[in-house]
Amino acid sequence: MHIGSAKPSYAADEAIFTTGVQRAWVWALFAMLAAFPLFAGDYWVLIACLVAINIIAAAGLMVLTGFTGQVSLGHAAFMGVGAYAAAWLAAKGAPFWLTIPFAGFIAAAVGAVFGIPSLRVKGLYLALTTIAASFILHFIFFNWASVTGGAGGLNVEPAQIFGFRLVTSAHLYWLAAPLAVLSVWCATNLFRTRIGRAFIAIRDRDISAEVLGISLFRYKLMSFALASFYAGVAGAVWVYLFRVVTPESFRLIDSIFFVAAIIVGGLGSVRGAIFGAVFMTLVPELLKLGVATLEPYYPGVVQVLSPVRTIVFGALIVGFLIFEPLGLNETWRRIRHRFALWPFRT
Amino acid sequence: MNILDFIEFSLSGLSVGAIYALTGIGFVLVYKATRVINFAIGEFMMIGAYVFFGLAARATMPTWAAIAAALVVTALVGGLAERVVFRRLIGESAISVFMVTIGLSSVIIGVVEIIWTADPQSLPEFLPKAPFFIPTGFGEAFLPSKNGWGFIIAALTVTAIIVVFRYWRGGVALRATAADSQAAYSVGINVPGVFSFAWILGALTAAGAGILVGSIAGISSAMGAIGLSVLVVVIVGGLDSILGALVGGLLVGWLEAMASMTLGAEYKQLATFVVLLAMLLIKPYGLFGTHDIERL
Repeated sequence: MHIGSAKPSYAADEAIFTTGVQRAWVWALFAMLAAFPLFAGDYWVLIACLVAINIIAAAGLMVLTGFTGQVSLGHAAFMGVGAYAAAWLAAKGAPFWLTIPFAGFIAAAVGAVFGIPSLRVKGLYLALTTIAASFILHFIFFNWASVTGGAGGLNVEPAQIFGFRLVTSAHLYWLAAPLAVLSVWCATNLFRTRIGRAFIAIRDRDISAEVLGISLFRYKLMSFALASFYAGVAGAVWVYLFRVVTPESFRLIDSIFFVAAIIVGGLGSVRGAIFGAVFMTLVPELLKLGVATLEPYYPGVVQVLSPVRTIVFGALIVGFLIFEPLGLNETWRRIRHRFALWPFRT
Repeated sequence: MNILDFIEFSLSGLSVGAIYALTGIGFVLVYKATRVINFAIGEFMMIGAYVFFGLAARATMPTWAAIAAALVVTALVGGLAERVVFRRLIGESAISVFMVTIGLSSVIIGVVEIIWTADPQSLPEFLPKAPFFIPTGFGEAFLPSKNGWGFIIAALTVTAIIVVFRYWRGGVALRATAADSQAAYSVGINVPGVFSFAWILGALTAAGAGILVGSIAGISSAMGAIGLSVLVVVIVGGLDSILGALVGGLLVGWLEAMASMTLGAEYKQLATFVVLLAMLLIKPYGLFGTHDIERL
C-alpha cells in the first residue's frame, strides 16, 4: 500500500507499476542493463548472458510450476530440444531470428507431448513422468545421430545480423538481455489475461477449475507448451552463446537447477523467477571468487570447489524450503514493506 | 537367441532386482510412515557403501565390523535427517518435501566427494568367490558369486523385514500410523517415534543394499543414480506396498537385464523409464498401491 497513489480507474488499479517512483526505478534498471556491458569485464558479461538465459527458462518454468502447479523436472531437457532445433536449423543456413522462434515452437510441441501425462497424474507422479521425459529425450539426443550428431553434438556458426557476426559474449548480451526482458514482460502480462487466470485456477484446485468450465486438457497442455516454448528460446540463445551442444549439456541436474531457482525465487511470481535465476547463477560464481581469495592462504582449496558447490546447491534448496518457503520474493517484499514509510517508524 | 543366455541374463537381472527390492522396501517404509518420497535413497545407499569402504579398505577394520559400522552410521544419518529436516516439514506440500530430499541428496554427494573424492573405487571383497552353477534343463547356468550372494542376502533381509513387520508391535504401530496418524496418536502410539524409526530403518536397509551394489559394481560419487531405478521400482509396485516393492524390484531388475541383452546396455535406462511412463499412464498407483480418493 503506497500513500498518495489514488487509483481513479480500474486500469490504474490493474497496472503493474502503480507509482511514478516505481516506473522511474524500472527505467533506471533498463539504463543499468544497457550500460552493463560498457563497464563490466568480459567474464561478467558472459555471466550476465547466462543469467539472462536462465531468466528466460525460469520464467517459463514459473508459468508451468509456479502458476499452473504442474511440477516439471524435465525443463532442461526441453531447453535441450530448443538448443538442438536451433543448431540443426542454423546448420541449414537459417538466420538466428528464424532459428530462435523455430526452437521455441519445436520445444513447445515436444513439451506438449510430454505434458499429456499431466492429464492423468498430478503432483509428484507428474514430477516423475517428467524425469522419465528428461531421460528419454537425453537418450534421443544421444542416439538420433543423423540429426543431433550423437555424443559429439552439433556445432553452430555465430549468429549474424546484417553481416555482423555475434561472436563475443558482449555481442550476445544484446540478444539475450532484450529477450529476457521480453519474456518477463510476456509472462507478467499473461496472468492478466483469461488464459493466465485459468492457469492459476488450475493450480489452486484443478477439480474446481474444471467445474467452472476450464478445460483441463486444453490449459494444462497449453501451459506445458508455453513453458517449453520459453525453454526452447532459452536453449537457442544458449547454443548461440556456447556454439556447441552435446547430450551432456542438459541433464537432469540442470532441470533440478531450474526448479530450485524458482523455489528459491518464490513460487507464484514472475519476479521470483528473476530473483531465483539471478541468485542461483551467481552463487557458484561467488563461491569461485571466495575460493580464489582463500587459495593463497589454504593451497589446494580449489579441489573442494566442486563438492562445496554441490553442497551449497543442495543446502540452498533445503534451507529455503525450511526457512523461507516463499522464497526471495518474500524477502524482497518484507524489505520493501519496511521501507514503505521510511524514515518514519511503522 | 540362446535359451541358456536368456536364463543367465534373467538370473543376474533377478539378483540385481532383489537388491532393488531391498532398497525399495527401505523407501516404502519411509513413505508409509511419513509420506515422504525419498529421492535421496540412492545417496543413502552411497553413504553405506562409502563408510564401509572407508573403514574396511582405508582403515583396515575387519569386514564384519566395517559393515556393522556402515549400517549404524547410515541409520544415524537417516534418523538425523528426519529429526532435523523432515520433522519441520510435516504438513508441507508433497512437492516441497520431495525437493528437500533432492537438496539433501546433493548435500550428501558433496560431502562424500570432499571426504573420499569423486573417483570410482572398488570395495574390498568379502563374499565367497566361487561362482554359482545352477542346473537347468538346458545346461548349467553361470551366475557370478557376487550376484548370487547379493541375491541370497537381499532375499533373507527382505524376508526378515516382512516377518518383523507382520508380527512385531513396532510394525503394527507403523502400519497404524500409515493408515491414520491422528488415530494412531489417539490410541497412544508415539507417532514422531514411528517417523524417526521408519527413517532409521529405511536408511539401514538402503545402506545394506548400497554395500551389496557397491561390491557388485564398484562405488563412485555418482552411484546414487541407482536411486532413480528404485524410484521406478516403487512406482511400479505401488508407493505404499511392501509386497509391491518386492515384485516391482524383481520385475524392474529382470526387465533391465532383458533390455541390455536384446537391445544393448545403453537401452537399460531407457527401458526403465519407458516402463515408468507406461505404468504412470496405465496404473498410476502401481500394482499394489492404495488409490487416493480426492474430495473437494
